[in-house]
Amino acid sequence: MPRVSIQTHDFDLSAEVAALRAGDARVGAVCAFVGTVRDRNDGQSVSTMELEHYPGMTEKAIEAMIDAAHQRFSMHGVRVIHRVGVLQPQDQIVLVAVTSAHRGEAFQACEFLMDYLKTQAPFWKKEQTPDGARWVDARVSDDAALARWGIRAANA
Amino acid sequence: MKTVTVRYFASIREALGTGNERLSTAAPDLHALREELIARGGAYGEALARGKAVRLSLDQTMVADESAPLADGAEVAFFPPVTGG
Repeated sequence: MPRVSIQTHDFDLSAEVAALRAGDARVGAVCAFVGTVRDRNDGQSVSTMELEHYPGMTEKAIEAMIDAAHQRFSMHGVRVIHRVGVLQPQDQIVLVAVTSAHRGEAFQACEFLMDYLKTQAPFWKKEQTPDGARWVDARVSDDAALARWGIRAANA
Repeated sequence: MKTVTVRYFASIREALGTGNERLSTAAPDLHALREELIARGGAYGEALARGKAVRLSLDQTMVADESAPLADGAEVAFFPPVTGG
Protein backbone atom coordinates (compact mmCIF):
# COMPACT_ATOMS: atom_id res chain seq x y z
CA MET A 1 0.00 0.00 0.00
CA PRO A 2 1.43 3.45 -0.87
CA ARG A 3 1.87 5.93 1.95
CA VAL A 4 0.46 8.81 -0.10
CA SER A 5 -2.42 8.94 -2.58
CA ILE A 6 -3.73 11.97 -4.41
CA GLN A 7 -7.05 11.02 -5.96
CA THR A 8 -10.37 12.37 -7.21
CA HIS A 9 -12.45 9.55 -5.74
CA ASP A 10 -13.61 9.17 -2.14
CA PHE A 11 -11.94 7.00 0.51
CA ASP A 12 -13.23 4.58 3.13
CA LEU A 13 -11.84 5.34 6.58
CA SER A 14 -12.53 1.85 7.94
CA ALA A 15 -10.93 0.11 4.99
CA GLU A 16 -7.85 2.36 5.10
CA VAL A 17 -7.32 1.87 8.85
CA ALA A 18 -7.87 -1.88 8.54
CA ALA A 19 -5.26 -2.08 5.77
CA LEU A 20 -2.83 0.09 7.72
CA ARG A 21 -2.81 -2.10 10.81
CA ALA A 22 -3.38 -5.47 9.12
CA GLY A 23 -0.99 -8.10 10.47
CA ASP A 24 0.87 -5.61 12.68
CA ALA A 25 0.51 -6.75 16.29
CA ARG A 26 2.89 -4.03 17.53
CA VAL A 27 0.09 -1.51 17.04
CA GLY A 28 -1.72 -0.37 20.16
CA ALA A 29 -3.01 2.96 18.89
CA VAL A 30 -4.54 4.27 15.70
CA CYS A 31 -5.20 7.97 15.24
CA ALA A 32 -7.02 9.16 12.13
CA PHE A 33 -7.97 12.68 11.08
CA VAL A 34 -10.53 13.29 8.34
CA GLY A 35 -11.00 16.78 6.92
CA THR A 36 -14.34 17.55 5.25
CA VAL A 37 -15.85 20.35 3.14
CA ARG A 38 -17.86 22.95 5.09
CA ASP A 39 -20.86 24.72 3.56
CA ARG A 40 -19.65 28.09 4.88
CA ASN A 41 -16.29 29.87 4.87
CA ASP A 42 -15.43 33.45 5.82
CA GLY A 43 -19.07 34.41 6.11
CA GLN A 44 -20.14 33.08 2.71
CA SER A 45 -22.02 29.95 1.77
CA VAL A 46 -20.02 27.53 -0.33
CA SER A 47 -21.78 25.42 -2.96
CA THR A 48 -18.75 23.54 -4.34
CA MET A 49 -15.01 23.50 -3.81
CA GLU A 50 -12.36 22.70 -6.39
CA LEU A 51 -8.94 21.48 -5.36
CA GLU A 52 -5.88 21.93 -7.56
CA HIS A 53 -2.46 20.40 -6.91
CA TYR A 54 1.03 20.17 -8.36
CA PRO A 55 1.30 16.59 -9.63
CA GLY A 56 4.61 15.08 -8.59
CA MET A 57 5.59 17.78 -6.14
CA THR A 58 2.55 17.25 -3.92
CA GLU A 59 3.35 13.57 -3.45
CA LYS A 60 7.05 14.32 -2.88
CA ALA A 61 6.25 17.00 -0.30
CA ILE A 62 3.96 14.71 1.69
CA GLU A 63 6.45 11.82 1.51
CA ALA A 64 9.07 14.19 2.98
CA MET A 65 6.65 15.17 5.77
CA ILE A 66 6.11 11.53 6.64
CA ASP A 67 9.88 10.99 6.77
CA ALA A 68 10.12 13.99 9.10
CA ALA A 69 7.35 12.56 11.29
CA HIS A 70 9.19 9.23 11.52
CA GLN A 71 12.26 11.12 12.78
CA ARG A 72 10.22 12.68 15.58
CA PHE A 73 7.72 10.07 16.59
CA SER A 74 7.70 6.34 17.06
CA MET A 75 5.15 5.37 14.40
CA HIS A 76 4.53 2.06 12.71
CA GLY A 77 2.40 3.05 9.74
CA VAL A 78 1.16 6.20 8.04
CA ARG A 79 -1.46 6.68 5.36
CA VAL A 80 -2.25 10.04 3.76
CA ILE A 81 -4.99 10.49 1.17
CA HIS A 82 -5.87 13.88 -0.28
CA ARG A 83 -8.63 14.39 -2.79
CA VAL A 84 -8.49 16.82 -5.71
CA GLY A 85 -11.06 18.00 -8.23
CA VAL A 86 -14.58 19.19 -7.52
CA LEU A 87 -16.01 18.44 -4.07
CA GLN A 88 -19.33 19.22 -2.39
CA PRO A 89 -20.06 20.28 1.20
CA GLN A 90 -19.81 17.29 3.57
CA ASP A 91 -17.43 15.45 1.22
CA GLN A 92 -14.25 14.06 2.70
CA ILE A 93 -11.11 15.93 1.57
CA VAL A 94 -8.18 14.51 3.48
CA LEU A 95 -7.21 11.52 5.60
CA VAL A 96 -4.15 11.25 7.82
CA ALA A 97 -3.96 7.96 9.72
CA VAL A 98 -1.11 6.92 12.00
CA THR A 99 -0.45 3.72 13.92
CA SER A 100 1.90 3.42 16.88
CA ALA A 101 2.38 1.40 20.05
CA HIS A 102 0.81 4.03 22.32
CA ARG A 103 -1.74 6.81 21.88
CA GLY A 104 0.53 9.76 22.68
CA GLU A 105 2.74 9.27 19.65
CA ALA A 106 -0.21 8.55 17.36
CA PHE A 107 -2.09 11.71 18.40
CA GLN A 108 1.03 13.85 18.06
CA ALA A 109 2.20 12.43 14.75
CA CYS A 110 -1.28 12.83 13.25
CA GLU A 111 -1.49 16.48 14.30
CA PHE A 112 2.09 17.16 13.19
CA LEU A 113 1.37 15.75 9.73
CA MET A 114 -1.83 17.78 9.33
CA ASP A 115 -0.13 20.99 10.50
CA TYR A 116 2.69 20.34 8.06
CA LEU A 117 0.37 19.50 5.19
CA LYS A 118 -1.73 22.66 5.63
CA THR A 119 1.20 24.98 4.96
CA GLN A 120 3.73 22.98 2.95
CA ALA A 121 1.86 20.70 0.53
CA PRO A 122 0.99 22.32 -2.81
CA PHE A 123 -2.81 22.28 -2.90
CA TRP A 124 -5.10 25.20 -3.64
CA LYS A 125 -8.82 25.51 -2.92
CA LYS A 126 -11.29 27.47 -4.99
CA GLU A 127 -14.80 27.98 -3.65
CA GLN A 128 -18.03 28.69 -5.50
CA THR A 129 -20.08 31.22 -3.50
CA PRO A 130 -23.22 33.25 -4.33
CA ASP A 131 -20.85 36.11 -5.27
CA GLY A 132 -18.89 33.92 -7.66
CA ALA A 133 -15.73 31.85 -7.46
CA ARG A 134 -12.90 32.80 -5.12
CA TRP A 135 -9.54 31.31 -4.19
CA VAL A 136 -9.27 30.49 -0.49
CA ASP A 137 -6.74 32.60 1.41
CA ALA A 138 -4.03 30.94 3.45
CA ARG A 139 -4.31 31.48 7.20
CA VAL A 140 -1.56 32.84 9.44
CA SER A 141 -2.97 30.57 12.17
CA ASP A 142 -1.88 27.56 10.09
CA ASP A 143 1.71 28.85 10.00
CA ALA A 144 1.47 29.32 13.78
CA ALA A 145 0.26 25.74 14.18
CA LEU A 146 3.37 24.41 12.43
CA ALA A 147 5.59 26.79 14.41
CA ARG A 148 4.52 25.00 17.60
CA TRP A 149 6.58 22.04 16.32
CA GLY A 150 9.63 24.26 15.91
CA ILE A 151 9.25 24.52 12.14
CA ARG A 152 9.23 28.01 10.73
CA ALA A 153 6.64 28.34 7.99
CA ALA A 154 6.16 31.36 5.81
CA ASN A 155 3.21 30.29 3.72
CA ALA A 156 0.46 32.78 4.53
CA MET B 1 21.52 30.55 -22.13
CA LYS B 2 19.69 27.74 -20.40
CA THR B 3 16.29 26.22 -20.95
CA VAL B 4 13.94 26.02 -17.98
CA THR B 5 10.36 24.92 -17.45
CA VAL B 6 8.17 27.39 -15.59
CA ARG B 7 4.87 26.30 -14.12
CA TYR B 8 2.05 28.38 -12.65
CA PHE B 9 -0.73 27.27 -10.35
CA ALA B 10 -4.09 28.41 -8.96
CA SER B 11 -4.81 32.16 -9.11
CA ILE B 12 -1.49 32.87 -10.84
CA ARG B 13 -2.19 30.27 -13.54
CA GLU B 14 -5.62 31.82 -14.09
CA ALA B 15 -4.25 35.37 -14.26
CA LEU B 16 -1.62 34.38 -16.84
CA GLY B 17 -3.88 32.09 -18.83
CA THR B 18 -1.22 29.38 -18.91
CA GLY B 19 0.06 26.70 -16.55
CA ASN B 20 3.30 25.83 -18.23
CA GLU B 21 6.00 27.31 -20.44
CA ARG B 22 9.53 26.55 -21.51
CA LEU B 23 11.86 29.47 -21.88
CA SER B 24 15.44 30.35 -22.62
CA THR B 25 17.00 32.55 -20.00
CA ALA B 26 20.32 33.87 -18.80
CA ALA B 27 18.94 34.41 -15.28
CA PRO B 28 21.51 33.16 -12.76
CA ASP B 29 19.00 32.58 -9.97
CA LEU B 30 15.28 32.52 -9.14
CA HIS B 31 15.22 36.20 -8.25
CA ALA B 32 16.50 37.15 -11.69
CA LEU B 33 14.06 34.78 -13.40
CA ARG B 34 11.13 36.37 -11.56
CA GLU B 35 12.40 39.84 -12.53
CA GLU B 36 12.58 38.73 -16.16
CA LEU B 37 8.97 37.53 -16.04
CA ILE B 38 7.77 40.69 -14.25
CA ALA B 39 9.49 42.76 -16.96
CA ARG B 40 7.13 41.24 -19.54
CA GLY B 41 4.52 43.52 -18.00
CA GLY B 42 0.78 43.00 -18.30
CA ALA B 43 -0.60 40.03 -16.41
CA TYR B 44 2.94 38.82 -15.62
CA GLY B 45 3.96 42.12 -14.10
CA GLU B 46 0.83 42.10 -11.99
CA ALA B 47 0.61 38.45 -10.89
CA LEU B 48 4.30 38.11 -9.99
CA ALA B 49 4.79 41.66 -8.62
CA ARG B 50 7.02 42.14 -5.61
CA GLY B 51 4.98 42.45 -2.45
CA LYS B 52 2.42 39.93 -3.72
CA ALA B 53 2.09 36.65 -1.87
CA VAL B 54 3.96 34.51 -4.41
CA ARG B 55 5.60 31.26 -3.35
CA LEU B 56 8.19 29.39 -5.40
CA SER B 57 9.48 25.92 -5.86
CA LEU B 58 12.62 24.72 -7.61
CA ASP B 59 12.66 21.20 -8.99
CA GLN B 60 9.50 20.43 -7.01
CA THR B 61 10.85 21.56 -3.64
CA MET B 62 9.61 24.69 -1.88
CA VAL B 63 12.22 27.42 -1.63
CA ALA B 64 12.21 30.03 1.12
CA ASP B 65 14.26 32.63 -0.74
CA GLU B 66 15.04 33.41 -4.34
CA SER B 67 18.82 33.27 -4.20
CA ALA B 68 18.82 29.61 -5.31
CA PRO B 69 20.84 29.25 -8.53
CA LEU B 70 19.01 28.32 -11.71
CA ALA B 71 20.45 25.36 -13.61
CA ASP B 72 19.82 24.28 -17.18
CA GLY B 73 16.74 22.05 -17.29
CA ALA B 74 15.36 23.33 -13.98
CA GLU B 75 11.64 23.27 -13.21
CA VAL B 76 10.46 26.39 -11.43
CA ALA B 77 6.93 27.03 -10.22
CA PHE B 78 5.17 30.18 -9.06
CA PHE B 79 2.02 29.87 -6.97
CA PRO B 80 0.03 31.57 -4.22
CA PRO B 81 0.20 30.39 -0.58
CA VAL B 82 -1.02 26.81 -0.34
CA THR B 83 -4.44 25.99 1.11
CA GLY B 84 -4.79 22.21 1.27
CA GLY B 85 -6.02 20.01 4.07
